[in-house]
Amino acid sequence: MLLRKAKNDGANSQTCLAGNSLRIPMPRINFLIKRRKHCHFPLHASLEAARKADPASFEFAILGVMNVPLTAQTIEKITRIMGGGDRVLTEKTDLLSYAYDASFGHFAPDVVCQVKRVEEVAEIIKLANKEKIPVTPRGHASGLSGGSLPVEGGIVIDVSLWNDVLEIDKDDMIAVVSPGVITADIDRAAKKVGLMYPPDPSSASVSTIAGNLAENSGGPRGLKYGVTKDYVLGLQVVTPEGHIIRTGGRTVKNVTGYDLTKLIVGSEGTLGVITEATLRLIPRPPATLSLMAAFGDIVQAGYAITDVLTSGILPAKIEFMDQSSIRAVENYHPMGLPLDAEAVLFIELDGHPLAIRDEAACVYQLLEKAGALRVQKAETSEEEEEMWKARKLVSPAIAKHKPTKISEDATVPRSQIPAFLKRLRDIKHQFGIDLVVFGHAGDGNLHPNILCDQRDWEEMEKVEQAVAAIFEAAISLGGTLSGEHGIGIMKKAFMPMEFDHFSLEMMKRIKEAWDPNGIMNPGKIFPKPGDRLVLRP
Amino acid sequence: MNAEEKTHLKKAEDLAYDCVQCGYCLPACPTYLTMKTETQSPRGRIHLVRMAAEGCITLDELSGPLDLCLGCRACEQVCPSNVQYGKMLELAKTAIQHHKKQSASPFRRFCEDVVFKQMFARKHVMNKLGSLLWIYQKSGAKKIAHMKPFRRLVPENLALFDKGLDEAKPPFKRNDGRRYPPAGERPVLKVAFFTGCVMEAVFHRINRLSIRLLQQVGCEVVVADKQTCCGALQAHAGEEETAKTVAKQNIEAFESGEFDYIVNNAGGCGAMLKEYGRLLADDPDWAERAARFSKKTVDISVILDMLGFKPEKTLPYRVTYQPSCHMANVQKVVKEPEKLLRSIDGIEWVPLHHPDVCCGSAGIYNLTHFHESMEVLDMKMADIKSTKADVVVTTNPGCLLQIKAGIIKEGLDGRIKAVHLVELLAEACGIDP
Repeated sequence: MLLRKAKNDGANSQTCLAGNSLRIPMPRINFLIKRRKHCHFPLHASLEAARKADPASFEFAILGVMNVPLTAQTIEKITRIMGGGDRVLTEKTDLLSYAYDASFGHFAPDVVCQVKRVEEVAEIIKLANKEKIPVTPRGHASGLSGGSLPVEGGIVIDVSLWNDVLEIDKDDMIAVVSPGVITADIDRAAKKVGLMYPPDPSSASVSTIAGNLAENSGGPRGLKYGVTKDYVLGLQVVTPEGHIIRTGGRTVKNVTGYDLTKLIVGSEGTLGVITEATLRLIPRPPATLSLMAAFGDIVQAGYAITDVLTSGILPAKIEFMDQSSIRAVENYHPMGLPLDAEAVLFIELDGHPLAIRDEAACVYQLLEKAGALRVQKAETSEEEEEMWKARKLVSPAIAKHKPTKISEDATVPRSQIPAFLKRLRDIKHQFGIDLVVFGHAGDGNLHPNILCDQRDWEEMEKVEQAVAAIFEAAISLGGTLSGEHGIGIMKKAFMPMEFDHFSLEMMKRIKEAWDPNGIMNPGKIFPKPGDRLVLRP
Repeated sequence: MNAEEKTHLKKAEDLAYDCVQCGYCLPACPTYLTMKTETQSPRGRIHLVRMAAEGCITLDELSGPLDLCLGCRACEQVCPSNVQYGKMLELAKTAIQHHKKQSASPFRRFCEDVVFKQMFARKHVMNKLGSLLWIYQKSGAKKIAHMKPFRRLVPENLALFDKGLDEAKPPFKRNDGRRYPPAGERPVLKVAFFTGCVMEAVFHRINRLSIRLLQQVGCEVVVADKQTCCGALQAHAGEEETAKTVAKQNIEAFESGEFDYIVNNAGGCGAMLKEYGRLLADDPDWAERAARFSKKTVDISVILDMLGFKPEKTLPYRVTYQPSCHMANVQKVVKEPEKLLRSIDGIEWVPLHHPDVCCGSAGIYNLTHFHESMEVLDMKMADIKSTKADVVVTTNPGCLLQIKAGIIKEGLDGRIKAVHLVELLAEACGIDP
């Protein structure tokens, strides 16, 4: 659209963009311009040049391109599809409230549709496809990579109110759910009949299942049970051309045709809007048992993880806290954590009570042999709760320190965990940043968190470099950019680091085949030439 | 925006920056649950405060979503980043209130002045209003007002709450300035009793019962003279200066005697008293005195629990408990009321599914935003009904009135009873003033 036109225009982009933006009514421009302060959209090279040449007119221009306001007639048509204006938001304060997620960007849509029926979604997308309006699906926007940000404005399809179906079929061991159902509610419903929906992202109490599916979310239990994609049997999806399609079915085995289910899961809302899902449930393990081990050396803790995982025992979770997070928690809420330790591991075993008691004894020995300073076993459920409380307090404790938290989820193969920890320690010293490492260590999905203040530009510049260094480290160790957060806008600049030209090109071809007009969640996953991570205003 | 508005908004923005927009607060927010838009959620409101501070929206645009916030602070309990939402809300509201005063008509300014400064903030005015209410109830005027031909004349919201009102304070009774000896020979504790403005005027009986209970567990109770309204309504409406004035008056009133504790029985008021330290932290003459006052402030349930309250009677009720939001979220008094209730023989305890969701009373929210408040109340009543309880216990006058209104609205009058915790405890001890 306009953005593309501007790009093709190269040298003339500045004037061309400014010209377009003039059509926008004045008050709107005002708030869009201010918004730039928060907009961290990686810039196209020609736009970057425009910014340097004339910052004032650039601000004016870029917002004009990304937000071509919808006409009153289009809004009218949308309202008619939605059967009235009750679930159609167009007020400025409303639009600004749908401009963010839990990541960094800030992009206001032109209209928010709070859909509740698949026909509404199909009709809106048909209209959007015809009029070439960007469409961004959104759940509760708890994502960390910018997947639900309407970076080119347009329509936000909010599925969070659509939570009327949550059916558990005990005999088929499946759940059929509406897109807006909260993830934790599915597991809660399954629990009532002795089943379990294993994926447990830390936002499970608020995240919608559609958001989890779109981002292919993980969680601590991913170590033993896998992630969201491992529990999806079938989907109902509205394609970018407005067709309602079904993928997969209700069976565990299904090899009929291409596996479109797996293609949609993790496609970050770029291939359609998920409107219903059939999920696989498994028998719920009857008991859990937890251990905690403190290590004097962070790399030693890494080797201990490998020792446990190669011993024939597969714990449900292995979580990790480094010294900075231990100290932060202890400062925040004293609970007797070992301050002399450089790392602490939390291990949860689940299964038959007798089996896990045996396994716990075995793990205990392994940890001691690996050089743990102390190993502690939770004997009662209260003790177990107290033990895990420490891990849960990491986020609030480190937030006390500095206001901005950049949470990365670069992931390495399990055998490389010690090496990755070593590299992270070096990066921390090299850039002089506040780097805290905690997370799901068992599956190689460490969460290096950088604590900073987004108002401190000098610091943010260092952070940008450190983030790039973390990605380089992960990929050079045979890992990947993202284990569970997704690419969105936060990591797309680094895609060429992980994929060669044709690998990325095949993904693009799929996208173009599904979405010929490029209306579905534009600006995500695929880098544009010159894209880079920008965390500064 | 003038300089003063900017300073307040800047302070609010600094607190808003602590928010990482994870969205964990969404399911905890009553107005998000009823209004179903991000704009009416803590995350949305925090973001809009930032937008206003950056000049993207005006204070008038900001005031809409902030006015619709109940201020229950349930979001603070679930926030993993410890955003001080209540403080931020008050700062932003102070900026808005400032701004509104500039543009408000002289009549509106006069009305607000009367309500916040001349009415709630003055104890004798509230007492007189209580007396007028008593005359209205006793003279038969209340009955007439609720008769069919007159019903149309009374606004729906006032009529609903009026029906649920307790017997008001008779004009000839007063507690102020009196001293009540302990039940035993020597006092275990010497406590001052904070009467509160609405509690004293409308729920006078509950205050008398509270004093009797305190006496029973061995306290010498003094009802300090010259005490006044706690200032919560003013503070939550952005009338920071008035709130500070009444805070100072209360601190002075309770400084005269040597008290071990300053006891109150209204969750919302108690929370405000607990926050005097924060309210006056920047005032060098008052900071320390305010902090000392806040430290001594305690809810009656804590004292009764501490001094080993012993019920004598068996009460055959199925009881559920709706905590006052500010008692739970600000005072952090959660376990004591439940413990006291469960100590009564014969009581069948049935907890609510969502005790941490506000009932929609929220100070004067149920008068200023009647319909929004009723939507929140409907949610609460559904929860209460599902417990099949026949007594609902609360710990704050606003909540009590709201639940009573809910019972009338649902047509459950006579089948479910709403009471203050103190009423049930007094009944269990056979106390009747």
